[in-house]
Amino acid sequence: MSDTVTVTIDGAQVKGRAGQTILQAAEAAGIYIPRLCAHNELSAHGSCRVCTVLVNGRPQAACTQPVADGMIIENNTEKLTNMRKAIVEMLFVEGNHFCMSCEKSGNCELQALAYRFGIAAPRYPYLFPKRDIDFSHPDIYIDRNRCVLCGRCVRASRETDKKVVFEFTGRGAHRRLGIDAAADLADTDAAVADKSVEVCPVGALMRKRVGYAVPVGQRKYDHKPIGSDIEAKRA
Amino acid sequence: MSNTNKSTVKQICVRHGKDRTRMMDIVRDVQSALGCVSSEAMDAIAQACGTHRVEVESVVSFYSFLGTKPKGKVVIRLCHGVIDRMHGSETVAAFEKELGIRMGETTPDGLFSLEWTACIGMCDQAPAALINDQAVTYLSTDKVKRIVEMLRADPDPKRLVRTYGDGNNAHELVHSMVHNNIRRRGAVIFGAYERGSALRKALAMTPQEVIRAVKTASLRGRGGAGFPTGMKWDFTRAAQGEQRYVLCNADEGEPGTFKDRVLLTECAEQLIEGMTIAGYAIGAAEGILYLRAEYAYLKAFVEAVVAQRRKDGLLGASVCGKAGVIFDIRVQMGAGAYVCGEETALISSCEGLRGDPKTRPPFPASKGYLGCPTAVNNVETFCCVPPILEHGPGWFAQMGSSGSKGTKLLTVSGDCSMPGVYEVDFGITLRDVLKMVGSENAKAVQVGGPSGQMVGPEKFDRKVCYDHLATGGSVMVFGPERDVLAIAAQFLEFFMDEGCGYCTPCRVGNVLLKERLDRILAGQGAPTDMAYLQELGEVVKMGSRCGLGQTSPNPVLTTLASFRGEYERRCQPAHSRHVFLPGFDIRKALADSESIAGRHSVVYSE
Repeated sequence: MSDTVTVTIDGAQVKGRAGQTILQAAEAAGIYIPRLCAHNELSAHGSCRVCTVLVNGRPQAACTQPVADGMIIENNTEKLTNMRKAIVEMLFVEGNHFCMSCEKSGNCELQALAYRFGIAAPRYPYLFPKRDIDFSHPDIYIDRNRCVLCGRCVRASRETDKKVVFEFTGRGAHRRLGIDAAADLADTDAAVADKSVEVCPVGALMRKRVGYAVPVGQRKYDHKPIGSDIEAKRA
Repeated sequence: MSNTNKSTVKQICVRHGKDRTRMMDIVRDVQSALGCVSSEAMDAIAQACGTHRVEVESVVSFYSFLGTKPKGKVVIRLCHGVIDRMHGSETVAAFEKELGIRMGETTPDGLFSLEWTACIGMCDQAPAALINDQAVTYLSTDKVKRIVEMLRADPDPKRLVRTYGDGNNAHELVHSMVHNNIRRRGAVIFGAYERGSALRKALAMTPQEVIRAVKTASLRGRGGAGFPTGMKWDFTRAAQGEQRYVLCNADEGEPGTFKDRVLLTECAEQLIEGMTIAGYAIGAAEGILYLRAEYAYLKAFVEAVVAQRRKDGLLGASVCGKAGVIFDIRVQMGAGAYVCGEETALISSCEGLRGDPKTRPPFPASKGYLGCPTAVNNVETFCCVPPILEHGPGWFAQMGSSGSKGTKLLTVSGDCSMPGVYEVDFGITLRDVLKMVGSENAKAVQVGGPSGQMVGPEKFDRKVCYDHLATGGSVMVFGPERDVLAIAAQFLEFFMDEGCGYCTPCRVGNVLLKERLDRILAGQGAPTDMAYLQELGEVVKMGSRCGLGQTSPNPVLTTLASFRGEYERRCQPAHSRHVFLPGFDIRKALADSESIAGRHSVVYSE
């Protein structure tokens, strides 16, 4: 079939379909490429850069790069792992992430990536930014200390919820998650059942009053590292 | 917001067809009418255009010439470029003294605001500033005093222009004191140009033949990246789409580059003709010239050139009387964002969005402006097209060096006696460039702007071309007394301010690079810092999403390579026991506890 493509990932032959991204083709083959901003139910964003792979020697984001026949892809190499660790560490020092007091702990993808990579402490100095918390909404809150600017909520709001609650504002180091109101989340049409709330990988966009519904110790990444479910599919 | 202001906003939205893809025009007009785009104005715009407030805010908060808080009637933007700071740090103090405010403030009477802005493309006549749209150059303490006096008497910055610059700077629609400083005219850009002649030659050929000519000439993009122009046009022509677009990148933001400013002033006809030929070649009916906000003083002039060509049948329906060939051009203003010089960010901005680069693929040639096939080329690239059609591709390709055909405009500034614009054949050595511009004892040369490389004397025999010393034009010369590390830190600051923040490595990495370089500059460097900077720089280079991030660590990486001694000198092993963290001052850290305890540390006493 002409729409089947074959690529090589770390020496293993992987078959994919034309139109798939490298991330999707790898996942279907049971190969985990670490990622943060990518989400299976949302369009690709390519912003966190955790999923960077080398395609024929050139760095590309696996979540946005389509597969093409004959691609030689490097994924699980020392160089790439070190770069991914560096990026995860950047995200830790850029915000204020206090895992021990965060309701998301155990379900947090940033934390889970850090554990998977064996990051004990970031190599970079903490930047300790001053960020705000929006607690105005009756059922949801935003803690921008924990926001990693992955844009999942921005996309989910548009693509799934058919709303425009979120968009990025500012630029550079001042880029932040903006909301469709002058000041308060309460003044937007955000609702507790929105996909945008569900897809937040960290504890930035949270439902109120359910933070400890699942006890610590029984959470998603408490026993198996992130990506294990994908790797379990490998033939 | 008053009802009058509300109706002003509404009128502006109506004037732009309530079209959210024209958001840049809308917010720029609101900013200039009301002094800012306030929270209420954003609500009003969103309502009028049927969009969301946060989408308006995402645009307004992105561009440095827009703001949500009121600015003075007269906004003085001092160029923050390295060259300007080298040549006139005293002008800052002079403005602050004369206005009685500090940088970033507005006078209580609401008349003046004073702020920094990134390179405004006047490095050859630095220090310079923009006063509203008006460029003021060769600033001195006395000149600043006079300027403020004149503005107090009459707040119209146009009145500041007493003597005009050369050439079209004296044109009534330009009305500027800016100088062209064209020091050397080559055969291509500044050669003889006969209006409409190349266009008629192109129209006598098939579009495919035009593309072939550009390919045979081996014309490559002049913005810096050097992509083959003919190939780009070929892809755009071949792509599926109902409409096709030609975009001209006149968002010249790479510090030290000012050739587009001179080309727009002196070669606007040639540029528009190049765009028109490109339009014919790829089958586009519309072109957009994206003009950086810093060059707003050239807008009326460029639009007049476009209008005259339309009147003369060189643009519009049936170009040169050839049935079916339709092409017209509009000017799109930017609003202060270096990253918009990146072609996909430029497209975002043209679409009325914040200037975030887009994900590639798809590439602009297949899905660009409004999702249509789009060819984006630099001003100088378009200016090369008419001479190629006029004299033939062979004539063009015999100039330059292998892989880099034709001529290149260099814009030289810094420690040299003849800063300005030079049209040279590709392949000239840096040493010859330095001789030509009157720089006897350069210690370092930044080739290609902050995103390029800092070159030391051992590399002065290298050639200026795509394969060795690539540059979009910027050549900044630094004399023996300059501190290359301090310059690198200023370049990093530029990238921190100008990045879009979309991807992690660039958004966070540049802040971290700057932190460590500042620490070294403050005398707190450790030997391990060099490896730290190298590794961090490589992560940013490898991981970033667009050209801005991929080149942003270059100030550090290239100085580490060329001026390692300067780092080694400052990253001495610490002599004390605090060998692992020389940036950490134990005395300072203990001060609070000591004062509470009421005694000094026994271990860490002086």
